[in-house]
Amino acid sequence: MNNLLVMPIVIPFSAAVLGMMFNKYKMARRGISLAGSLALLVVSTLIMLTVQRQGIFALQMGLWKAPFGITFVADHLTAIMVMLTSIIGLIGVVYSFADIDEARESFGYYSLLQVLVGGVCGAFLAGDLFNLYVWFELILISSFSLLILGGEKAQIDGAIKYIAINLVATLMFLCGIVLLYGITGTLNMADLHLKVKDVANTGLLTGIGVLFIMAFGIKSAVFPLYFWLPASYHTPPVIVSAIFSGLLTKVGIYAFMRVFTLIFTQDVAYTHNMLLIIAGFTMVSGVLGAAAHNEIRKILLFHIISQIGYLLMGVALFSPLAMVGSVYFLGHIIIVKTNLLLIGGIIKRNAATLELKLVGGYYKSAPILAIMFFVSAFSLAGFPPLSGFWAKFVLIKSSLIQGSFGIAATALAVGLMTAYSMTKIWGEAFWKPNPQEDDCSKQALSNQERYLMYGPVIGLTIMTVVMGIWAQPFLEMSNYAAQELFNPANYVKAVLGVMP
Amino acid sequence: MNSLILRTATKILVSLMLLFSIFIMLRGHNEPGGGFVGGLIASTAFGLYAVAYGPQAVRNAIYFDPRKIAMFGLGLGILAGIIGILAKGVFLTGTWTHLGGIAIGTPVLFDLGVYFVVVGAVMTLILAMEEEE
Repeated sequence: MNNLLVMPIVIPFSAAVLGMMFNKYKMARRGISLAGSLALLVVSTLIMLTVQRQGIFALQMGLWKAPFGITFVADHLTAIMVMLTSIIGLIGVVYSFADIDEARESFGYYSLLQVLVGGVCGAFLAGDLFNLYVWFELILISSFSLLILGGEKAQIDGAIKYIAINLVATLMFLCGIVLLYGITGTLNMADLHLKVKDVANTGLLTGIGVLFIMAFGIKSAVFPLYFWLPASYHTPPVIVSAIFSGLLTKVGIYAFMRVFTLIFTQDVAYTHNMLLIIAGFTMVSGVLGAAAHNEIRKILLFHIISQIGYLLMGVALFSPLAMVGSVYFLGHIIIVKTNLLLIGGIIKRNAATLELKLVGGYYKSAPILAIMFFVSAFSLAGFPPLSGFWAKFVLIKSSLIQGSFGIAATALAVGLMTAYSMTKIWGEAFWKPNPQEDDCSKQALSNQERYLMYGPVIGLTIMTVVMGIWAQPFLEMSNYAAQELFNPANYVKAVLGVMP
Repeated sequence: MNSLILRTATKILVSLMLLFSIFIMLRGHNEPGGGFVGGLIASTAFGLYAVAYGPQAVRNAIYFDPRKIAMFGLGLGILAGIIGILAKGVFLTGTWTHLGGIAIGTPVLFDLGVYFVVVGAVMTLILAMEEEE
């Protein structure tokens, strides 16, 4: 049957197991991790092709029929997300070859990374809420381990905040699941889509929906609940921050997209308006936080938060066009944000710090890096013809069509503020002469490390340019994903086997 | 902790708890129990042992690196799933064989995998904390 769907979990987990078994040999653990990531990329491409050819398809594990067993489903949204995960996973492994020290590596860094990638893929594929919860837990455990790996004091301090608030989130998620099960008697998302229509007490459902907003909101770092992110993400090696920013908060956004189109649509005026207000505040507070900081990684971390606002805005507007924008934005932001952090990682290796006061002169000493940063930063700010422009264009267009002028104005203003932050980094780190005077830096990187670190950065930069100039196929794919989200009949049919 | 009472009691308790953890794991097949709870009980036993005799004694007793134990368990779980694909065509499908009147199947293998994952993961944490100072 469709065993292909389980491969995005089996492959990374197998790579993790083998990597740990041969942990003693440096080449073996690196080779296994690299092979696993490449295999995952192949599998995710196959899933994408299958979805495009034959539409949504599902796997019922252990042959247990749908509402009872564990179901994995792939539609366009899932296929896109798994694909992006595999890309970030591969890039993360390659970059780690140069960025991760021997102590972390021999403790099992690559195995943890693979478990994280497998967990993220699982969350995207899960067809029922409890299964989604389990993947959230797995992601939490593996990311926590990656955060504390190395055991520096700052790391443990950040990781405690991270895990404490995230445990609250999973607890709320679990409470929501239990209540939902109590009302409907099912947790399969396709089945829930049908069953919630029969629930008389819609007020209760909306209440549960708010619990889910809280849970996913903490996970994806939205407005009043985001404080854990800047408090913890800046402590581990830069590549770990980059992978987290590419994958973790986006799982929360994916969950928003799935659950608030499939299940909680009884009282859109209440729930989705709430989401819209949260989205606006998230954008503004994120970008203001970024303006207040003077360390490259912290600025970029606050921008994660403000970009989450855009993603949520597409979900909250609750129209197919806005969802197209949101899905496209997901692809754009995962690539660009990871790339910016990777560039920060190269600067950190070179200058041993990310404080804007202490770095400078990269326009002269590393022109390629400067170009890469320039392109990514302007893509983040939303300049045409780069991918960020189309993402924001579609979102703002849909908000204008729907008459939500407030959020449109906020989105535009935040775009401008983003450009301001990016200019700040550009002016300080690239244009200003190097304040540390000549060369404690320059050749801190060996030739091999240069390839390993520049390769991923160049690859991701090319992707954002391609997504901007040839936007049509990507927008079309996002359009398919949005159509499927707003017409769940096919999703339900693929899972339950009957037309609703 | 240097206490004669604790050390003496631990010797008896640990062996009982380990035995009980295996019982709970096997019982989980048709009744409440299973690899997860069994694994937790086994790690409690090792945790007690670590308190009484020190973390190095536990490392000697379990012999393998706990991280490797966890990953070995994960491997068993994947294996149970893949046997399902090979025999019945779908991941994780229960596959059974009869050995001298006893039915042995992949669900047991999977549970055993969970057991090792839990023991390995919890022991990594406990030993890391015990060895802190």
